[in-house]
Amino acid sequence: MINMNRELPGLSMKNPVMPASGCFGFGQEYARFYDLNKLGAITVKAVTAEERAGNPVPRVAETESGMLNAIGLQNPGLEHVLQHELPWLEQYDIPVIVNVAGNTMEDYIYVSETVSRVKNVSALELNISCPNVKVGGIQFGSDPAIAAELTKKVKAVSQVPVYVKLSPNVTDIVEMAKAVEEAGADGLSMINTLLGMKIDINTGKPVIANRTGGLSGPAIKPVAVRMIYQVSQAVDIPIIGMGGIHTADDILEFLMAGASAVAIGTANFVNPFACPELISSLETRMAELGIDDVESIVGRSWKTCSSVSLSSR
Amino acid sequence: MIVEQLRITGQEEIAPRIYRMTLEGDSVQTMTEPGQFVHVKVSDGIDPLLRRPISICDVSQDKQELTIIYRAEGRGTRLLAAKKTDDTLDVLGPLGQGFPLDSLQKGSTALLVGGGVGIPPLYYLAKKLVKRGVNVRTILGFRQSEDIFLQKEFRELGDIIVTTEDGSKGVHGFVTDAMNQAEKPYDSFFTCGPVPMLRAVKAAAASDGFISLEERMGCGVGACLACVCEASDATSQEGKKYRKICSDGPVFRAGEVVI
Ligand SMILES: Cc1cc2nc3c(=O)[nH]c(=O)nc-3n(C[C@H](O)[C@H](O)[C@H](O)COP(=O)(O)OP(=O)(O)OC[C@H]3O[C@@H](n4cnc5c(N)ncnc54)[C@H](O)[C@@H]3O)c2cc1C
Ligand SMILES: Cc1cc2nc3c(=O)[nH]c(=O)nc-3n(C[C@H](O)[C@H](O)[C@H](O)COP(=O)(O)O)c2cc1C
Ligand code: FES
Repeated sequence: MINMNRELPGLSMKNPVMPASGCFGFGQEYARFYDLNKLGAITVKAVTAEERAGNPVPRVAETESGMLNAIGLQNPGLEHVLQHELPWLEQYDIPVIVNVAGNTMEDYIYVSETVSRVKNVSALELNISCPNVKVGGIQFGSDPAIAAELTKKVKAVSQVPVYVKLSPNVTDIVEMAKAVEEAGADGLSMINTLLGMKIDINTGKPVIANRTGGLSGPAIKPVAVRMIYQVSQAVDIPIIGMGGIHTADDILEFLMAGASAVAIGTANFVNPFACPELISSLETRMAELGIDDVESIVGRSWKTCSSVSLSSR
Repeated sequence: MIVEQLRITGQEEIAPRIYRMTLEGDSVQTMTEPGQFVHVKVSDGIDPLLRRPISICDVSQDKQELTIIYRAEGRGTRLLAAKKTDDTLDVLGPLGQGFPLDSLQKGSTALLVGGGVGIPPLYYLAKKLVKRGVNVRTILGFRQSEDIFLQKEFRELGDIIVTTEDGSKGVHGFVTDAMNQAEKPYDSFFTCGPVPMLRAVKAAAASDGFISLEERMGCGVGACLACVCEASDATSQEGKKYRKICSDGPVFRAGEVVI
């Protein structure tokens, strides 16, 4: 019997797989394909205090084994999410993680406090890393001091554990991770998209109306694995890993890098059944490889490294 | 709505770079609404990564066969053009909201206006309308005479005018030139093609009607918010409100969206 269960702060999961924020709406679209109870958890689209219209189109562009997006945090706003989206999710017996975004600290605090009081919300994910929204000069995601201050303030008001979603668009991701851990974060999610651009050579102009967009998909997987490998050794809080996962072997790679659970983003667009298919193929692969507990391989990449270096001393 | 490996039963180049592909499988049974589309995976691997949206052009329920017509443009559609009979194709669909048929009574007249690869979905629409006893008049716009396709098929269903931009066949000019010439009345119009054409058709139309829009897509099922267009009614705080083309559309009432 393979143990796929995961226990993370606020999240009691029957398997380590959840959809990534922004790639799964609020669940309703994919519920037409399969029973969402199969998921380990669900992460919903970023929620802001007020409704957001988002960016002009084109909002996406395909790139080599990846895609760029600049959706611009389009969402129906806190009130609508409280009235419609979260109540709809009550029918499912899975942890719900709400991704929170905003322009100001006050926005984040207000949305976090309100959402964390909803009974079926298990955790918050602070999105301080969206590359597609311009915030009046404040760099929540790239300044460790500001990220820590925000984390501390949100922790003070939140009724549920807080995960901070880190941006890969920084010089030193370990410094960011340590700063938010110290500020009280219960966990980390990483990575958000990498800032990129595609130019249409017929027009000579960027394809995406926002000009730059966030790169996701298999193209960013090695960056995600490297960052999780580094951060997981530097912090004691669990990591939800994401960035280009398309196969069960990818999931194993993320777990071995040091992630305690994983999120699936772009792969849902390629195959709407991606999450349930990955859950079952993960179990098959673990059986083939003789791994009987997910927990046993978390961080194996560096844990074996350090034990090897210890024994050779 | 389902993902299925459909079997390719035929593929043919019917005009320069324009391909007609027929596919067979169970999910074809659910493809009953003209104007809907399928989201097609063109590679087995992760490159090219995303699916390609292609309109349903025709469906034969007897043969459980779907027809799509597409232009080999970029990498994805060129890969599609290289597929052979008996290959399988990973098809997600049918997706989206199609053309509403019940807006027209028996004996009424519909004007269908299509340009380039916007023409295919109008064919399934024309067949369905004719079945309802609606008179179908069609205007098809092409760049030049070599590009013309589906002319014979549409002629079997009603009156048809072809326009070419270079005047090499039919009416010289754009579809709207033909609309202005044909003074016969119609009860509703249905149009699909490039946005400038849609805009011109909407402006020239003498009735209410329906337009089918295109946008770059991610999921194709309404989850990622990639494929939006601006709605003309309500406004959000920032003064704009969007509709999702993949799930609220691709067909919209002409007045519902800003084009
Ligand atoms: C609802 C809908 C129905 C369509 N029906 C048809 C049809 O019946 N026949 C047909 O020939 N074409 C149709 N198209 C356009 C077709 O989707 C594009 O031509 C195709 O995606 C281009 O892919 P590519 O690999 O050739 O080009 P690439 O340039 O390699 O594509 C790169 C990316 O851009 C996207 N893209 C490029 N052009 C378009 C476009 N015009 N619309 C949407 N996405 C685009 C691709 O899907 C891909 O993600 C339809 C589009 C939509 C949205
Ligand atoms: C279309 C799209 C929308 C996204 N929206 C959000 C969002 O609202 N909030 C967020 O934290 N991350 C968002 N992301 C980032 C993903 O959650 C994820 O971190 C990233 O895409 C990497 O994973 P992937 O390669 O599996 O897609 C979005 C990604 C995509 C592709
Ligand atoms: S393509 Fe994802 S919402 Fe339309």
